[in-house]
Amino acid sequence: MKKLIIAFYIFLVPSFLNAAPTVEVLHWWTSGGEAKALQVLKDDFAKQGGIWKDMPVAGGGGDAAMQTLKARIVANDAPAAAQIKGPTIQEYDEEGVVAPYNVNAVAKAEKWDKLLSKQVAGHMKCDDGKSYCAAPVNIHRIDWFWANKKVLDSNGIKMPTSWADFNSAADKLQAKGIIPLAHGSQPWQDATVFEAVALGIGGNKFYKKAFVDLDPKTLGGSTMVKVFDQMRKLKNYTDAGSPGRDWNVATGMVMEGKAAFQIMGDWAKGEFAAAGMEPGKDYLCSPTPSNNGYLYNVDSFIFYKNAGKDKVEGQKLLASLIMGKNFQKVFNIYKGSIPARLDVSMDDFDICAKKSNADLNTASKKGGLMPSFAHGMALRGAQKGAIQDVVTDHFNTDMSSQEAAKKVAAAVKASL
Amino acid sequence: MYWVKKNLPKIVISPSFALLAWFVYGFILWTAYISFTKSKILPKYDLWGVGQYFRLWSMDRWHTSVSNLFIYTVLFLTLCIVIGVILAILLDQKIRGEGVLRTIYLYPMALSFIVTGTAWKWIMNPTMGIEKFFIDIGFVNFTFDWLVTSGMSIYCVVIAGVWQSSGFIMAIFLAGLRSIDDEIIKAAKIDGAGIFSIYTKIVLPMMRPVFMSAIVILVHLSIKSYDLIIALTAGGPGTSSDMPAIFMTQYAFNRSEVALASSSAMMMFLTVTAIVIPYLYSELKREDGKE
Repeated sequence: MKKLIIAFYIFLVPSFLNAAPTVEVLHWWTSGGEAKALQVLKDDFAKQGGIWKDMPVAGGGGDAAMQTLKARIVANDAPAAAQIKGPTIQEYDEEGVVAPYNVNAVAKAEKWDKLLSKQVAGHMKCDDGKSYCAAPVNIHRIDWFWANKKVLDSNGIKMPTSWADFNSAADKLQAKGIIPLAHGSQPWQDATVFEAVALGIGGNKFYKKAFVDLDPKTLGGSTMVKVFDQMRKLKNYTDAGSPGRDWNVATGMVMEGKAAFQIMGDWAKGEFAAAGMEPGKDYLCSPTPSNNGYLYNVDSFIFYKNAGKDKVEGQKLLASLIMGKNFQKVFNIYKGSIPARLDVSMDDFDICAKKSNADLNTASKKGGLMPSFAHGMALRGAQKGAIQDVVTDHFNTDMSSQEAAKKVAAAVKASL
Repeated sequence: MYWVKKNLPKIVISPSFALLAWFVYGFILWTAYISFTKSKILPKYDLWGVGQYFRLWSMDRWHTSVSNLFIYTVLFLTLCIVIGVILAILLDQKIRGEGVLRTIYLYPMALSFIVTGTAWKWIMNPTMGIEKFFIDIGFVNFTFDWLVTSGMSIYCVVIAGVWQSSGFIMAIFLAGLRSIDDEIIKAAKIDGAGIFSIYTKIVLPMMRPVFMSAIVILVHLSIKSYDLIIALTAGGPGTSSDMPAIFMTQYAFNRSEVALASSSAMMMFLTVTAIVIPYLYSELKREDGKE
């Protein structure tokens, strides 16, 4: 009997006492730098008296996490927050699993509208842009060239400022037996390179019309053909082992000097840093050639419909901490990205991050700030996937550029 | 009390039967229902019609997946059985060290497909595997780049799959060969039959049930195949080694196309049903007829 009573207390009493803010957070930041970056948030949350229930789902760049998340939502047991970004936020809202926007009150009180750029804020809002339902943690830049400084110096090559520039540098390197472009031909990496090329060759207006507005004429038009022509050139600058290679292995090729360049988002810095290499000294970073363009990927946490005071308070506290200056700074130094919040000092960041921040402002003024389609910021899953399939098939077969452009337009149409 | 005794077997199996009915057949029906809706990121229950099936069959990628499945299943099945039977017959010749050899051939089955896939990925990678090895020892013009060539990578999946599964098929056939009465073979020898015709005319035809188990096991393995491809090619290069199982997972979980994914799942289900059920039916019927 005594044991029964004890058991009763163990199971039931805490649920009465447990009014502390509680959040259950689903994420896939489980690798070294990312886990360290997230620990900052966990510590902040605990310091404020909150209870953090971690729900890491490792593997597959979030594929496994998506399965878990959908199962939980269908079972009417959504976690408090999940690592969801881009138009997927609004897609979930349309399914009715995000309202009543528990964190909107916090956003209004802390004036997020002033702390975030308009474009970033737009991604965080549900309910036709009326209420905040997500909080941004960072801004990654996608359109970067990473290069081995020694290799460039010894061959008399500077960071390219146009795609023609890059092509001639690449020809020179190839003649000397150096792989010009380190690349892992996985669908998402092909799409990453493709969008950088599209922004550079097609220009800002073309990019927006094609990958944000999905204009059929632009998708199948002559500019798109030119973009695919450049992709074919890039394919010839990669090595035979490229298909299926992981991105960090490709980064390793640049570090070892086997390859000269890589086109990848700024998380690549983490690999260089882990090898003890310094930006500007051992490796170089510069944006891929474009007319003041900037492709961004904003990671964020969406806040699902949750009931119960402790959970709602937990969501509010988490939202406020994510937007806190301390977290935005420390997290992004670990992650390689820059803060989403505008008023964080960039002093402690490296030169690549500083450049990213400066370019972001210029691009924003000159109309070159574009959401990355390859990383799910510009389009919903179905359309993004449709374009990505064609891009990766073109890159890995001898499909002509004309046919590829035609297929892009057709695939997008079929996916709508 | 008598009633309980009489019905005890039914009572004992009914919970597992109910669970099976719900979690297997119930969810098959649920998937079928979802495939007739317009579900995007989460399941929705408003019926729409057969539109998803039309969309599915208009997609290049689905056609690639289906033809890959066909190539893979046919080659995987044939090669596994041919190699399995040959190995089994060779081992059946009462040779020395049979125990060791049997273990060696069976061992790949102990590995998971992920391990097999990763190992073969390295072996067949042109910059570090077989191709590099032959170039390094002097065959400068040697090429083996199937893994990175669209349209050929599916054959790499076949190679890895056959390597893993043929030993297991050998074990099944070896057990079958051992169960055949020696007297029959002796009688055939006395009648003057050669070793080749003993096997092709007498022993193998007697092993029809063994062929049936092998075929059922291999067909369902190949239709389900997912992990091997994920580890070996991840569907690449491009989407050239895609398979229906990968197609389905990607559309359901990455691309907010739950209904389309469900329709592809139904197509897989119907394929399995269309191949396996008639085969089982005809084989079982034949056995009934014998008795």
